[in-house]
Amino acid sequence: MTRHEKFASLSRRNLLKAGGALVVSFGAPLPFDSVQAADDATAVATKPPLTPDQLSSYLAVNADGTVSAYFGKMDMGQGLSVAIRQMVAEELDVPFKTVKIFIGDTATSVNQGGASGSTGVQEGGRQMRMAAAEARRVLVEIAANKLGLAADQLTVTDGVVGGAIDTTKKISYAELIGGQFFNVHLDWNGKYGNPLYAPGKAQPKDPKDHTIVGQPVPRDDIAPKVFAQTDFVTDVKVPGMMHGRVIRPEIAGAIPVSVDENSIKDIPSAKVVWDKGFLGVVADKEWDAIKAANALEVTWSNAAPPFLDQATLYDHIRSAAPRKHELQGKQAGNVDDAFNTAARVIEAEYQWPFQSHACMRPACALVEIKDGHVTCWSGTQKAHFVQTGLAAILQMPQDNVRVIWTTGPGSYGRNDADDCAMDAAVLAKAVGKPVRVQYMRDQGTGWDPKAPASIHTVRAAIDASGNVIAWDFLSKGFSRVDVDTNGSKPKDTLAGQTLGVELKSGDGFGVPEQSYGFANERTAWETIAPLLDRASPLRTAHMRDPVGPQIHFASESFMDEVAAALNMDPVEFRLRYVKDPRDLAVIKAAAEKAGWQARPSPRKDQTGDQVSGRGIAYAQRGPTRVAVIAEVEVDRSTGRISPRKFTVAHDCGQIINPDGLHHAIENNVVQATSRTLWEEVKFDNKNVTSVDWRTYPILELDQAPQQVDIVLINHPEIAPSGAGEASSRPVPAAIANAVFDATGVRIRRAPFSPDNVKSALS
Amino acid sequence: MNQKFSLNVNGKVHMVEADPDTPLLYVLRDDIGLNNPHFGCGLGQCGACTVHLDGKPVHSCRRPISQVGDQKIVTLAGLGTPEKPHPLQAAYVEEEVPQCAYCINGWIMTAAAFLRDNKKPTDDEIRTALHRIKCRCGTHMAILRAVKRAAAMMG
Repeated sequence: MTRHEKFASLSRRNLLKAGGALVVSFGAPLPFDSVQAADDATAVATKPPLTPDQLSSYLAVNADGTVSAYFGKMDMGQGLSVAIRQMVAEELDVPFKTVKIFIGDTATSVNQGGASGSTGVQEGGRQMRMAAAEARRVLVEIAANKLGLAADQLTVTDGVVGGAIDTTKKISYAELIGGQFFNVHLDWNGKYGNPLYAPGKAQPKDPKDHTIVGQPVPRDDIAPKVFAQTDFVTDVKVPGMMHGRVIRPEIAGAIPVSVDENSIKDIPSAKVVWDKGFLGVVADKEWDAIKAANALEVTWSNAAPPFLDQATLYDHIRSAAPRKHELQGKQAGNVDDAFNTAARVIEAEYQWPFQSHACMRPACALVEIKDGHVTCWSGTQKAHFVQTGLAAILQMPQDNVRVIWTTGPGSYGRNDADDCAMDAAVLAKAVGKPVRVQYMRDQGTGWDPKAPASIHTVRAAIDASGNVIAWDFLSKGFSRVDVDTNGSKPKDTLAGQTLGVELKSGDGFGVPEQSYGFANERTAWETIAPLLDRASPLRTAHMRDPVGPQIHFASESFMDEVAAALNMDPVEFRLRYVKDPRDLAVIKAAAEKAGWQARPSPRKDQTGDQVSGRGIAYAQRGPTRVAVIAEVEVDRSTGRISPRKFTVAHDCGQIINPDGLHHAIENNVVQATSRTLWEEVKFDNKNVTSVDWRTYPILELDQAPQQVDIVLINHPEIAPSGAGEASSRPVPAAIANAVFDATGVRIRRAPFSPDNVKSALS
Repeated sequence: MNQKFSLNVNGKVHMVEADPDTPLLYVLRDDIGLNNPHFGCGLGQCGACTVHLDGKPVHSCRRPISQVGDQKIVTLAGLGTPEKPHPLQAAYVEEEVPQCAYCINGWIMTAAAFLRDNKKPTDDEIRTALHRIKCRCGTHMAILRAVKRAAAMMG
């Protein structure tokens, strides 16, 4: 508690005014006055503006020789911060442990896009690598002047620049610039967010010279968490803070028409905040806020139940008028002609439900508004965007708003965090005190933005010789961006929507990413309107590997269907049609590691209720490629699928940290298994009815696989690409294909829960 | 109406004043200032709030403070320290188990009681004993490795 009070006061005093104290405020006190002034135009005592074109916006060398890296993306628990520190340490030629990283604080980092689309290393790391390379170049240049040697006669070892030949001449980074700021201009491309790129004049190292990048450096944030020494966003407290709860309607779309404040008059300090559709309570003690939220008597508007019977969901998607139709991906040849000449057409439809982020802890945020400045602590994936959103909803200048990302529960996309930050801001403004909002479990699962439900229709044309001559793929579903990927606009948050801002639902879906080289190809998507346009618990947004699992469940199940129809081994089928050499390599690597025996599916040698099978699926995700082989057991009598073993082959270019990568993939495969086997948001015509872990089951320990084998294919010569999400997408189809191999029955609707599988088998 | 309670938490006695219905979780977090038992569901379904009462793992989100009495409360912070870690904490660090780490109170506190009473458990016994504790990040494989590693250290 003390720590945060101190932190908060420091923030206001030093950080929001000027940059001069910036480095000082973060734990490592720097004796600026004792620093030897670097009499060079590349170093200054006052921090240049926090803009993407300044080297000082990314890196600082402290007086003690440590390096501070300021990163505008978040580490949601996959070890990204270690990977970034490795990349920085590598380029700067300093020991890994000397690099400290400060993440996702709008007062210290520029908007690099936050956690987004597996771009932590791919884009964020690329920028930090270029910044560190430029910092090294500049430091060597200053050293050359001081030492009277040419820059190309200098080497750097552990942060000390010295003569390559005359080793008596040396000077440390700390002596060169420690405690001062870089005053170096970068060649910024003018973009914010993921595409932000601002290189200097330096080229990064040749990968063959890497000694830190590529090493399995362990995460040093784990021990403090295991010994309860790390504060999560839930643990942040500031003086005078009240606890807030928001109240959601029983019928989605209803708004309060009367609120009886007397119903909570006996609860100490409890107050109601009601503005149009927004309703919340605050109290000094958390338990009192919870009691008040439960006790408050509210009369709601007589809203018509907005949803349909869930049993008709996929019929609705199929028949609803498309709001947008878009061709996306590689289009080749003439698909319609090819189907007209086909000897045989294979066709199938696949269905994927709404899914919830259902984070371990529903969102929590704390907002303090004081002296014209706003500070927000949030577990958001995108602090810089939340800064913009808070400024908009509070009608304050963005420069007066600071958002401090603070570690929260795992986050897998546009979850409820940004809604919560906005709700806390509305409450804090209304009561004139700092307010911490902690959503309750039913809100975390029932009211978070959902991954969209969809259907996918796929056709293949086969000629008389059994060659695939065309394929035609169409995704149709609710938009991936009914609300946007971040909370920068009030319209994309529940607070904004309940307060009545003008809405605009975005359109987007997606198509498979792979390299099957059929002569005629058409891939497209269609979106349909949301069932309820405002403040809907079924509003849709990005969830880990947005629309990737459902699309590749369809596309890779379908490839398996075609292979089976042609009586081909599923691996052989893929090796025949897939074109990209790196794609072929992951397929071969997975098959080899798993000891794949070539034969067509399904198996024909099993009887009885307990059967087993194996299936493969593969996909690209941007420049990353993954193949997954699933081995499962199926109990035909119960419909229960037990995943026995996954074999994953993964190629994301250069591997920065194989240890972190291994964990990220392993966990991702397990989470994707959970989504495939268990997860479905249930709803009735009034509201979402998946509101806790009983009504939104996820994978339990006794359902975890027995084994996950991972083959990491390293390409140091290829720029590193994303690894946070790619391995999700082949998992559903790999399991479905394994179930088909085991049973001869094709599962075309997720989740593959025992009930669904049993009914498919019967 | 608030009442006074004396709580023995991680070997230290704390006097608190709270509504007797207040779940222990909120008293530990808000009144005593601990950061480790976490709110996850408030329904006893996920385990994130797990503490030991006289050595038994309980969901502190569902245990009213009035029912705690003089039972000794141990939280993750009281289980071990970096200098003297509980074998599960050591194994968690060694295996780099957590992704986000928000769920670890449930797993470690439940597994600590389980391993104390069950030496050399089989894989299936571990899976059954820790059934129903939630991890959303999917660290289940690493959890199994860590519990087995800790069991070996304790065995």
